[in-house]
Amino acid sequence: MTSKGDLEPQVRCLRLCKSFDGTVALSDATLELVGSQIAAIIGPNGAGKTTLLNVLTGVVRPDSGRCLVNGSVTAGLALHSITKLGAARTFQDVRLIRKASALDNVMLGMPGQRGEALLGALVRVGVADEEAKNRQRSLGLLEFVGLEQSARSPAGELSYGEQKLLSLACCLATDPQVLLLDEPVAGVHPGMVPHILSRLRSLKAEGRLVVFIEHDIAAVREVADLVVVMDGGRVIASGTPSDVLSRPEILEAYVT
Amino acid sequence: MEYITGLLIVVGIYAILATSLDLLVGHAGLLSVAQAAFYGIGAYTAALLAVSHGAPAIVGILLGMVLAALASLALSVPTLRLHDDYFFIAAFAFQVIFLGILSNWMSLTQGPLGITGIPELTVAGIAISSRVRFLCVTAMFAAFAHVATDRIATSPLGRALRGIREDEEFTQALGKDTVRIKVSVICVSAALAALAGSLYAHYMSFIDPSSFTVMESILVVAMVIIGGAASRWGPLIGAAVLVMLPEGLRFLGLPTSIAANLRQIIYGSLLVLLMLLRPNGLVGRYDFER
Repeated sequence: MTSKGDLEPQVRCLRLCKSFDGTVALSDATLELVGSQIAAIIGPNGAGKTTLLNVLTGVVRPDSGRCLVNGSVTAGLALHSITKLGAARTFQDVRLIRKASALDNVMLGMPGQRGEALLGALVRVGVADEEAKNRQRSLGLLEFVGLEQSARSPAGELSYGEQKLLSLACCLATDPQVLLLDEPVAGVHPGMVPHILSRLRSLKAEGRLVVFIEHDIAAVREVADLVVVMDGGRVIASGTPSDVLSRPEILEAYVT
Repeated sequence: MEYITGLLIVVGIYAILATSLDLLVGHAGLLSVAQAAFYGIGAYTAALLAVSHGAPAIVGILLGMVLAALASLALSVPTLRLHDDYFFIAAFAFQVIFLGILSNWMSLTQGPLGITGIPELTVAGIAISSRVRFLCVTAMFAAFAHVATDRIATSPLGRALRGIREDEEFTQALGKDTVRIKVSVICVSAALAALAGSLYAHYMSFIDPSSFTVMESILVVAMVIIGGAASRWGPLIGAAVLVMLPEGLRFLGLPTSIAANLRQIIYGSLLVLLMLLRPNGLVGRYDFER
């Protein structure tokens, strides 16, 4: 399914530091994730989880340290260029074009559209075919997340859980090897959580690296291959869920 | 009859201007008050080439469009990496600086004296000597501007533009180079405004800086908003309403000193009424779909 060569999906953060007006968000955070797996980042509020994601995707510039996505250094790259390296993200406060249909949201994410260039838009050579193809692919992605019935509904009218699924479909439109998801199940109706987790498993089965931030420990236990615990802007532990989530100091510091 | 044709020509010229601005204000969500500057670049390029060099009108029109597109880069490239609010301020500054140059570069623009004796338009060897002919040419160019913007609006580029309008960061996260998209659309918008300017110069045969002030830019913004931003016919209707309205007031037979002020009051009331009754403009829906 992934089309970007044989290279294994990978994310590396090396000694990242970032502070906002004196408040330390990341302090020497180092993290290496290689290969197709599901990794969960957990930690108390303010541990630096979202900042890590923001630095990885170029939304926030680190004070020091560097990130590599699929082998390329992300320093100085704009958000859209990092997406082109093969890493796509969702946002904690679900970001979508709320007035646009679910289908339009996904189609917006389709890469390399000729119709998005000025000449392509005006002259329209091959643009109709390209649109038809992108529409099919987008409908396929909506089906994958289980929203094929809502393709024509405005994104803003979907339920919160459906919006999280739609933002996942938008990410997938860019055909990323690495998915960075900020709280994919938080605030979602409990009945929908197993469906979302099963989608993450299918993405892993397709050979993608799924990294997600989550507070829902039951979900993490169920789906993650690797758990990374952050506190005070650094990675304090990582390992399998059964190992990490049974350590008393971690249970005490965070889980309970 | 002459009077009506003349009025329709002015509506046509403003329709091109409003259509060009709607690409920014309506589709990309970029509020700009620099449209009169690009309009002026078109007018002065056409006028100077025709008067001082005797160049064919089409050369002046095309060169004006190219120059306006290039000038727009000076506005868009440095500011678009910043937040959109800065673009508004930069556009305002651009407009003010442009007017300053226009009024003070005496050797080129004659400053406030303006440029006189701009010859009539000749298109493909045909002299556009009557108002009816000029109206046909204006309508043709207005249709061209309308089709060009409509093609952009209904294409994947239009979808990306509306994505930028609604949530730029999200659109970027989906791999879109939003700065490049905005820069290219501002170029098109500036070129179309310059087209309107060159028509204006040939129609009036006299231009001076007073036609290219920030008030003119704001008038065009008002046309877009009153007609309906990001709607297919909104800019045209906005242009028609705001050109016809003051003309209609003439027939009330008011003294000019009162009529001029009344016009401002009516603009104000119209804008307030629209905000209350039709916040998306006369024909606007401001939907994402086109």
